[in-house]
Amino acid sequence: MTGTGTVSRRGIVTGAAALLATPRASRASPFEEALKAFAGEAVPRAGRVSIDVPPISESGNSVPITILVESPMTATDHVKTIVVLAEKNPHPQIARFHLSPRAGKAQVSTTIRLATSQRVTVLAGMSDGSVWSGEKDVVVTLSACVDGG
Amino acid sequence: MFNARVTMKPEAAKGEIVEIRTVARHPMERGNYPDAAGRMVPRMIIHSFRATYGGEEIFRMELGPGVSANPYIAFTTVATETGDIVLEWTDDSGFTLTRTLRLTVAG
Repeated sequence: MTGTGTVSRRGIVTGAAALLATPRASRASPFEEALKAFAGEAVPRAGRVSIDVPPISESGNSVPITILVESPMTATDHVKTIVVLAEKNPHPQIARFHLSPRAGKAQVSTTIRLATSQRVTVLAGMSDGSVWSGEKDVVVTLSACVDGG
Repeated sequence: MFNARVTMKPEAAKGEIVEIRTVARHPMERGNYPDAAGRMVPRMIIHSFRATYGGEEIFRMELGPGVSANPYIAFTTVATETGDIVLEWTDDSGFTLTRTLRLTVAG
């Protein structure tokens, strides 16, 4: 042992610990990022969004989902965008819908993949700038993505 | 290249809410995982769907890898006047599938 190094062993250890710790502490999860990207400055309020999705799904490969947002869908008061998020999917943002008063009612359906049992969150952005949210838990007995499907 | 099936009633009363239901036949390959030979599988999904009615956009959807294979998409529109409803699906290859539906509006 010569002891001539300018960097102490303790310095290296604490430095490494800091490197490991900082990104975890400061970086938002992909789900949080998707949520923020949609809501922006608005704080989502619970309500007005109903989600029709089976509570238990045998396969996560194709789960039917229908979203209905309470709105008169008039020129001055309508739903502009709807986003479907799954927190535990590799890409939490599943789909984004853009509507206009010409829809008549704010109801959309699609089929989604769920990597595992999790909560599905739906946000709706209104013409007045407010954001509303709803959520539903789905139990998946055989998840998607295991065989690349 | 891919295909789609579409369902909509061909006639409606003015002001009636009409539902348009679609299923595209597409693998929605989410990609980003190695195949049996260890090569990364490229993503190949329908990333956007758009509907116009009388030339004006009435509905649009951005799809991610979390949308299932053979994606089902359903939405509504108010019957305003007799005209064409044009549906367009575009995938990562740049191919756009177009389907045109005639809606006849009475009253």
